[in-house]
Amino acid sequence: MDATTHHEEHHGPTVKMYFAIFFALAILTVATVLAAKVDFSQVLNNESVGSLVNNAVALGIACTKASLVILFFMHVKYESKLVGLAVVASVIWLAFLVLITMSDYLTRASDWHLFVR
Amino acid sequence: MSSLASSLQHHFADFKQQKESVVLGMWSFLIQEVMFFGGLFATYTVFRSQYSHAFAEASGLLNVNLGGVNTIVLICSSLTMAMAVHAASKGNRGGIAFWLLLTILFGSVFLGVKVVEYKEKWDHGLIPGIHDEGLRFDHVTHQPRPTGFWLYFALYFAMTGLHATHMIIGLPILATLAINGLRGKYGPEYYTPVEMTGLYWHFVDIVWIFLFPLLYLIGAHGAH
Repeated sequence: MDATTHHEEHHGPTVKMYFAIFFALAILTVATVLAAKVDFSQVLNNESVGSLVNNAVALGIACTKASLVILFFMHVKYESKLVGLAVVASVIWLAFLVLITMSDYLTRASDWHLFVR
Repeated sequence: MSSLASSLQHHFADFKQQKESVVLGMWSFLIQEVMFFGGLFATYTVFRSQYSHAFAEASGLLNVNLGGVNTIVLICSSLTMAMAVHAASKGNRGGIAFWLLLTILFGSVFLGVKVVEYKEKWDHGLIPGIHDEGLRFDHVTHQPRPTGFWLYFALYFAMTGLHATHMIIGLPILATLAINGLRGKYGPEYYTPVEMTGLYWHFVDIVWIFLFPLLYLIGAHGAH
């Protein structure tokens, strides 16, 4: 049993790694706040591209943070491929939900929001 | 360990098979949670795309400092949760209880800050369904709010409320694990309940990782 414990220490998650992930998450949190204070619409002198950049940076950092949590804190890196497949499937499902919904809303005649106060 | 034999269910061949089934089952639950929250995130995307300026203006009324501090607090609680699972995998009784108590502490701080923020919104008259006037007119300048302004706050309370509900459900589970941990119920051979609760807690952290930029930061550059 000693041998297996020893074996796990080399291939499983370590305390050092948990703290490294924690510091990465903290730094990315500060980064996303700082990036949000920059108005890329003014930097790039283009409102639509600028807000796209602001959104892409915010979501990119959030996705990076989520990936770190999933892979290391939630041990998906060390689980079977089946678990990894399940996680990826949920992301694809979410992408379908948002993309197909938006493809509808962005292309229909825009009278529906007259019903919104 | 005497409790070990009883923790292997008769329909599993061995602990490895049981563990794999439990992990996949927990992830199935979490994927269902993705669908649960996903509806709200899709709703948010639709209305934000239609009323981006109203959303930015409404978002500017949130307290970015409190939201940022809470993000760090929640990341701390994820670290301590990961450490609790680690302690459980080593059979370290005191360690399990210590790290779980820290997780409960950080979770409680998060909810406490959330109460302060909700109180602030109440005082500013921004609760949908209660403060109709405050959501229609700025109470200082008496200017009408832009269309879609109230939708932002409806989504803010729905999303952060559902998130906070998940944390409130998590806290007593963490407390139960801490007590069981102290009693020596978990060791290197069997610590699945701690690990599965960890998955739940980290999932709740991930939801907040997306809620923070989407709700707090869209008005942060103050262009509107």
